[in-house]
Amino acid sequence: MATEPRQLSAREEWARASSAAPERDVTFTTLSGEQVAPLYTEADLPEDPERSLGYPGAYPFTRGVYPSMYRGRLWTMRQFSGFGTAEETNERFRYLLEHGQTGLSTAFDMPSLMGLDSDHPRSEGEVGREGVALDTLEDMETLFAGIPLGDVSVSMTINAPAAIMLAFYVVAGERQGVPAERLSGTIQTDILKEYIAQKEWCFPIDPAMRLVGDMIEWCSEHMPRWHPISISGYHIREAGATAAQELAFTLKDGLAYVEQAVERGLDVDDFAPRLSFFFNAQIDFFEEIAKYRAARRIWARELRETFGARNQRSWLMRFHTQTAGVSLTAQQPLNNIVRTTVEALAGVLGGTQSLHTNSYDEALALPTTDAVRVALRTQQIIAHETGVTNTIDPLGGSYFIEAMTDRMEELAYDYFAKIDELGGMVEAVKRGFPQREIADAAFALQREIDAGRRIVVGVNQYVTDDEHPLPILHVDRALERKQVGRLQATRAARDGAAVQTALEALGRTAAEEQENLMPALLHAARAQATEGEIVETLQQVFGTYRESPVF
Amino acid sequence: MKHSLVVSAQTGQAKKIRVVVAKPGLDGHDRGAKIIARALRDAGMEVIYTGLHQTPEQIVETVLQEDADAVGLSILSGAHMTLVPRVVELLREQQAGDVLVCVGGTIPADDIPELKKLGVAEVFTPGAPTQQIIDFIRERLAGQPAGSTAGG
Repeated sequence: MATEPRQLSAREEWARASSAAPERDVTFTTLSGEQVAPLYTEADLPEDPERSLGYPGAYPFTRGVYPSMYRGRLWTMRQFSGFGTAEETNERFRYLLEHGQTGLSTAFDMPSLMGLDSDHPRSEGEVGREGVALDTLEDMETLFAGIPLGDVSVSMTINAPAAIMLAFYVVAGERQGVPAERLSGTIQTDILKEYIAQKEWCFPIDPAMRLVGDMIEWCSEHMPRWHPISISGYHIREAGATAAQELAFTLKDGLAYVEQAVERGLDVDDFAPRLSFFFNAQIDFFEEIAKYRAARRIWARELRETFGARNQRSWLMRFHTQTAGVSLTAQQPLNNIVRTTVEALAGVLGGTQSLHTNSYDEALALPTTDAVRVALRTQQIIAHETGVTNTIDPLGGSYFIEAMTDRMEELAYDYFAKIDELGGMVEAVKRGFPQREIADAAFALQREIDAGRRIVVGVNQYVTDDEHPLPILHVDRALERKQVGRLQATRAARDGAAVQTALEALGRTAAEEQENLMPALLHAARAQATEGEIVETLQQVFGTYRESPVF
Repeated sequence: MKHSLVVSAQTGQAKKIRVVVAKPGLDGHDRGAKIIARALRDAGMEVIYTGLHQTPEQIVETVLQEDADAVGLSILSGAHMTLVPRVVELLREQQAGDVLVCVGGTIPADDIPELKKLGVAEVFTPGAPTQQIIDFIRERLAGQPAGSTAGG
């Protein structure tokens, strides 16, 4: 007796219908080149969701670091800004605070990032252009004039000379009557990603790592409300990394700092709760959300299992997000508002603790005040109008999101294994491994765009000729002269002998590898030594860094 | 125009176009410079990438040492109006004013005419396809003897 043909399952029915229907002639991959299946189902969920997802505020924190997330408190809206001298930036800071921004974030100019004073010959033309020019303690005081440092959390995006800026900031706080233990905020300090991607350095890698260790150690004793480091994938991604590379290299950088601090004799639970992270939000919406969720899970696991942290707060990955500058186009710049909105939403649905939204004119120049306002309003619209903050991790349990989260995690561990084979992250960076991986990914993406296989609206399709030029911000060159004047006035007014003594003491401390440099840096800051003088003193002991370029 | 060749002034023979890709100034944004360097190399040119944080003097020295036909300056720091004129000026001082100078990066539209007046051959802003840059260099150098000192 012939058996009845087996009834097709609903899934099989769909598969048959779907494969019979023609698909568009495009590659269905993420921005990072990951293949995406036409459909995800229950079969793609983790085997034990309770274990791999858990609950918000509970290990492994896949669904968020706090039990109530945005129902308890919205993310901090923190727009990064800085240009001209400390006076101009102070004005912009006050404007942002008046318009409802809840934290400050300082962008420094290139000479400050490279440890050069504004009157150094190599600083010419760059002073105050891409951020605020900051040379002295006095500049730091001007930057935060009228802003109570005990009440506002301040972020400073600076790395190679971070310890010097921290010293300036602590002394500026003292002079406002705010002791170091009451200062709250973050300083970026993530030097490994400088060698990998951002490329603003002052010293060779080993002494630069020591400075990071000194800061983590000093802050763990003196600044309980301060994040001494913000381990950053942002610039790695901007340099062309894929989402998985951003995730893997950032986490591996973070683990390298943890390893170093533990080797120096710190208890992991004494500093790990103050480590923070900073990720990019690119335009591939689901891939980004998966990246943040995977990041939290990996960090929690590594801190608990590998480093034996017992304090729950050590396991938490708290992070800042910035929308992708590199996704902005110079063509039809108003379209950038849409890109930024989608990216910001990914950051929010990924559970970020703070967010910077880029302004639509940033592929052209530093943003105008109008453009900055739209960017901030974008966050406020997401927070207050869209309803996405009503429930925690609203995409949790989505077949696709969970599959992508697992995939991101797997790709990150593949990179961890390669890096370990090279002898760890510091060694891998010295050998240019992440640098090469990123350059390859950047080139591959550019090829896709050039070949039209990936569409960028307004750039390689939907191009218009009748573009109206936008009003853009012009940083007045007179500001450079103004800053040089400020610097020279400070030099003339201070006690030169005291500066000399402080710098000599700093040089001696630098030569003693076991000494922590922070007290000597604070001393130099109080004596009004300039950033450039301090960096040069340290370079006499540490030397400088030169990259062997790979392309 | 499929090949990236120029006629050598010394030998009269066809030789590969030599391009210096340079990062003047302090900004570390080298994504674009590296992509261009690779694309030019893949297009058959000899590419010398200077690496980061170069002074105009260092760049011009590299151009001369490498006997380059063209130099591409990648600047995303806003310092182009300080750095580019200096490179152009130094090239002229060194009797290398015929070297093709291109600029790439975040250059506001207002500044482009001024840069061209200084002698910059072309300015490529964000979104410019690499092929456009390759074609431009090939076309401008086609038929021009390399290493000639006729510029000024």
